[in-house]
Amino acid sequence: MSTTTATHHDDHADHGHPTGIMRWVASTNHKDIGTLYLWFSFFMFLFAGALALGIRAELFQPGLQFVEPENFNRLTTLHGLIMIFGAIMPAFVGFANWMIPLMIGTSDLAFPRLNNMSFWLMVPAAILLITSIFVPGGAIAGGWTMYPPLSVQNQSMSVDMSILALHILGVSSIVGSINIITTILNMRAPGMTLMKMPLFVWTWLITAFLLIASMPVLAGALTMLLTDRHFGTSFFDAAGGGDPVLWQHVFWFFGHPEVYIMILPAFGLISTIIPTFARKPLFGYASMVYATAAIALLSFVVWAHHMFTTGMPVAGQLFFMYSTMLISIPTGVKVFNWVATMWRGSMTFETPMLFSIAVVFLFTIGGLSGLVCSILPVDIQVQDTYYVVAHFHYVLFSGAAMSIMGAVYYWLPKWTGHMYDETLGKWHFWLTTIAFNVTFFPMHFTGLAGMPRRIPDYALQFAEFNMISSIGAFALGISQLLFLYVVIKCIKGGAKAEAKSWEGAEGLEWTVPSPAPFHTFETPPTVK
Amino acid sequence: MSQNTNNYYLPAPSLWPLIASIALFLMAGGFAMQMNDVASGSYVLIAGVLVFIYLLYGWFRDVIKESLSGFYNKQVDVSFRWSMGWFIFSEVMFFAGFFGALFYIRTFALDWISGSKLVWPDFVATWPTSGPAATEALEAMGPWGLPAINTLILLISGATLTYAHWGLMKNNRKQLTIGLILTIALGAIFLYLQAHEYAEAAFTMDSGIYGSTFYMLTGFHGMHVTMGTIMLLIILFRVMKGHFNADHHFGFEAVAWYWHFVDVVWLFLFVFVYWL
Amino acid sequence: MLAVNEFPSLIGFFFGFNHFSCSQFFGVDSVMNKRTFLSLGATFLTLFAVNAQADYALNLKAPATDIASQIYDLHMLILYVCAAIFVVVFGMMFYSIFKHRKSVGHKAAQFHENHWLEVVWTIIPVIILISMAVPATRTILAMKDTTAADMSIKVTGSQWKWAYDYLDQDVKFVSTLSTPEAQIKNEEEKGENYLLEVDNPMVVPVGKKIKILLTAADVIHAWWIPEFGVKQDAIPGFVRETWIRVDKPGTYRGQCAELCGKAHGYMPIVVEAMEEDKYNAWVVAQKEAAAAADAGADKEWAMDELVTAGKAVYEKNCAVCHGATGAGIPPAFPAMTGSAVATGPIEGHIDILLNGKNIMPAWKDVLSDTDIAAVIAYERNALGNSTGDFAQPSAVKAAR
Ligand code: HEA
Ligand code: HEA
Ligand code: CUA
Ligand SMILES: [Cu+2]
Repeated sequence: MSTTTATHHDDHADHGHPTGIMRWVASTNHKDIGTLYLWFSFFMFLFAGALALGIRAELFQPGLQFVEPENFNRLTTLHGLIMIFGAIMPAFVGFANWMIPLMIGTSDLAFPRLNNMSFWLMVPAAILLITSIFVPGGAIAGGWTMYPPLSVQNQSMSVDMSILALHILGVSSIVGSINIITTILNMRAPGMTLMKMPLFVWTWLITAFLLIASMPVLAGALTMLLTDRHFGTSFFDAAGGGDPVLWQHVFWFFGHPEVYIMILPAFGLISTIIPTFARKPLFGYASMVYATAAIALLSFVVWAHHMFTTGMPVAGQLFFMYSTMLISIPTGVKVFNWVATMWRGSMTFETPMLFSIAVVFLFTIGGLSGLVCSILPVDIQVQDTYYVVAHFHYVLFSGAAMSIMGAVYYWLPKWTGHMYDETLGKWHFWLTTIAFNVTFFPMHFTGLAGMPRRIPDYALQFAEFNMISSIGAFALGISQLLFLYVVIKCIKGGAKAEAKSWEGAEGLEWTVPSPAPFHTFETPPTVK
Repeated sequence: MSQNTNNYYLPAPSLWPLIASIALFLMAGGFAMQMNDVASGSYVLIAGVLVFIYLLYGWFRDVIKESLSGFYNKQVDVSFRWSMGWFIFSEVMFFAGFFGALFYIRTFALDWISGSKLVWPDFVATWPTSGPAATEALEAMGPWGLPAINTLILLISGATLTYAHWGLMKNNRKQLTIGLILTIALGAIFLYLQAHEYAEAAFTMDSGIYGSTFYMLTGFHGMHVTMGTIMLLIILFRVMKGHFNADHHFGFEAVAWYWHFVDVVWLFLFVFVYWL
Repeated sequence: MLAVNEFPSLIGFFFGFNHFSCSQFFGVDSVMNKRTFLSLGATFLTLFAVNAQADYALNLKAPATDIASQIYDLHMLILYVCAAIFVVVFGMMFYSIFKHRKSVGHKAAQFHENHWLEVVWTIIPVIILISMAVPATRTILAMKDTTAADMSIKVTGSQWKWAYDYLDQDVKFVSTLSTPEAQIKNEEEKGENYLLEVDNPMVVPVGKKIKILLTAADVIHAWWIPEFGVKQDAIPGFVRETWIRVDKPGTYRGQCAELCGKAHGYMPIVVEAMEEDKYNAWVVAQKEAAAAADAGADKEWAMDELVTAGKAVYEKNCAVCHGATGAGIPPAFPAMTGSAVATGPIEGHIDILLNGKNIMPAWKDVLSDTDIAAVIAYERNALGNSTGDFAQPSAVKAAR
């Protein structure tokens, strides 16, 4: 605190930069905090990925080889929770931190101290989740969706630790989103009208809204779960007049917006990268903005498409099927816009562009399989099978995760001041893309053929494809270690990057030197 | 509002965020242990709460210092307004979750349960209910006793707070102080009556779904009133120390917004939990 | 591993012809035969897949009910449409990737909007979606229509077994996984129906509309037979309805499709559909068996008789939670060895078995008096317990 009070009376502009550990734990600098978020997210990605490799190892062959069934469920649950809340979401917040102030021409986020708190709250949450593996009764095993009564029946303290961890993450997300939304609405450089904002900023504006609207609902659901577990309430217990399915409604009211929270910023990144390497302005900027808003609003009225097999009244089933199908339209608009942006451009294919093209291509596969899921009668067959697992890895890995990787390559020069190793970058891209498809494409087949998800052992007709998936998964894993290497190599050195690192790049972030100095735009630029 | 109206204030590096995360870690960890009756749990929990109180004290002290030293220009003020607005929106969604649960149970779930004759041969959906497995009859909370009085109290408190605000606007410190004191008093009375109502209640959290929803909703509302009252107290102290003036008093307004929000939530509670 | 000659059908799937997987191509799949073979995927396969013997499928199982085949066709339709969209969109993209690249000296145009175009590619998807929604709606209405059923069966899911209760003829039984532990532990060769086989399959007559009333005893499970196009969650405290009408006799296999704890992967569902007369014969047999069991209830048993009988009952029903050795899985599932119940007053022991407690299911509808008496005797005088006392089936009957 000495630091806080001591520097109060000197001018806000140049307070001393603490060095060493203090630079990070006490930071009020959006760039440092962005860096913290990105590294945190990457290590969570490795950790959750390692859990996934545990899953794939057990599923390499039928029969039980490595993990007990209950431990398998623990792997699955933690893998899902950590990937979503620990890897994908923080990564996007990291980009928001680093890039939004640079893109809208302001000095920092609206509330730098709160911003640092949003990050440092992730750490205790992660500790709670990970240490819960070691408490008596073992880690939470009810799936990342934590359906009661199973998650009430499970007496392990780890369930409570996970619930409270999610509560903390919720606080972090809400505070972070309020911070970002305020920054975007109030701190844009003179002349930067809303409709002049880079699309990444737009997608984050809307994502932040989704977070503020959905996270508190999750908090409510978790609280009910907690009181059902320990304080005798019966929200999810029919004997007391409650309903287990109530949890599913409340959870998915959060959960579906959540999945768009994980894809909208990705759309923003893609919409930033493709024009750069097509050397052509983004096609249909306005329609991109409206499409994003439409997706966000629709995402609040589709949640029960995760509950088609709970036996809702037919009216409900029809409503949620129709509303879900509608989301294809704005999403389609985006896909078409990206293709139209490439059309008659002058394209080059550096690593960020390769990732972006792969994302457009593979995300669409995931989107279309999502549409198949949304057709209720078909979903009756594929619900809770590997078809769904294939669907959401196509949207989450090749949608969210790969756009993150692409964007890392895109801005590494700006962050580090060095160009990354293009050859290794391309290697990482091709290995990842191929291994990813080897891992997850076969899951469409096993799913359709009837392999349920969340099982440690399976009938013999699924053996071949599971073996292929597992081989792919390990290749995919190793490829990510190559990513780690490329990034470190780039931080350590490499060709000097200019302020404008890419020929076709547009936007304020490229007007500041590379690496971006500690303080930027303290006197805002004017946008004409 | 002095020298630096041109630049947006950037705070110096601060340890409060880290302390916040330590506080929440201790609170969460301690609570988890305590619920699973691990002996040391309660101590960890209390430690967490203490750190948290220290945090609130210290962080807000810094913010107030900065505010008084005039580091916050108009733009910062606007940031505060946006963020408080969005924060209240998040609170709205939090309560919306519980109200949604209440409506879902009352309109759908109970009918389905009584429709499930194979499991509950002789349960008929009614409201209030404590569920098909309930043994003794449920004696619900009527609207026209304390709840009605409480409604009145909160409505008046809203008015007195606005009265205080008008005082502040025309730099009438006396009116400001009186208005605040009245509001705080009303808030306290509300809380007292609420506690009394709980004590008298013929049912508890584990009296089935009625008890669950009743205590969850009124409980969280009560918590919010408590926080609101505390914040009003802090504002009162600041007023007495001469903080705020007619055109620079967002701290006051933020708490006022919050208080009115808590008011509105109560009206919904009164209608859907106590009355209908 | 994947047979070389399967590769084309992988490509086939990609372009939306995946239902030409070999098994189906050779007529296993009746729906298939109804379809035109004049398609890229087919030619691929006729070229490569000549003597394929794939024991795995790439697509939905061959339907055995009308609903299932409606779903099958619906899925094919959507798949074709999506594949078409996919090919068009990415045909365009790859065309421009090859033609509009800097390396071939293409200069970038600068257009960035075209309202006419944007309207078109918003409208067309709308039309496409409507064309999908219409047949889907038709199928949904059919699925939801549980009226005019010829018979009803109550199906109760519990950890980790299915209980079937034929409401019109009082036939009741429990159905659990019959795959031997050794196969799961890889100590012996896995059978062809590994994990998809049960001790007592559900038996139904063909051509009859059967209403299925689903509920659960502990957590949520889901009753799923792919060939029937039926998947319905079984929710504790609620009864959900669905229905089947099986066209042709046969054995149909499915699995629990909602995570329900450690043995979620080990609670299969097997349905035997048979001609009506065969079915009736089966019903009679079931009733006789039940009668025999009741008779057993009135006879006087010796302790060791009961204990030996109890061992089987215990291992079939109780071992999943309380462990074959009685160790249990604390804290969720208490140990049997030295358990307060199993060593305390026998009335309490009978009561908890009949009526259950918390997550301990009630067995009164599932086990006969003899079984319960037997398992009590076993629990009290084996698994490290030796109270020496036991209860006659008649006592259990009385306690009901
Ligand atoms: C980033 C995350 C993400 C995204 C973007 C999506 C996008 C979509 N999802 Fe997915 N979904 C998940 C993450 C995501 N999903 C997860 C994690 C689960 C599992 C949760 C769990 O149970 O654990 C899930 C599960 C899930 C289910 C439940 C499956 C089940 O459990 O039974 C359904 C059902 O409707 C569904 C549908 C959709 C649809 C219709 C879209 C649409 O938004 C897709 C729209 C995109 C396109 C359609 C492609 C591009 C469009 C065009 C090229 C235009 C032309 C096309 C047409 C006109 C058809 N998803
Ligand atoms: C959010 C994004 C996300 C991402 C990126 C991934 C990535 C992966 N996921 Fe998954 N996954 C989910 C989200 C995600 N997942 C969710 C939400 C579920 C549902 C959970 C549930 O059912 O409740 C799920 C479920 C799920 C299942 C189904 C489990 C089941 O139903 O039982 C499987 C099975 O194969 C799987 C596999 C994989 C694999 C192989 C990867 C690969 O991409 C991982 C790549 C591998 C690495 C990145 C590892 C790199 C590390 C090393 C090589 C070792 C070094 C290790 C250390 C330094 C610690 N995931
Ligand atoms: Cu029963 Cu899964
Ligand atoms: Cu969804």
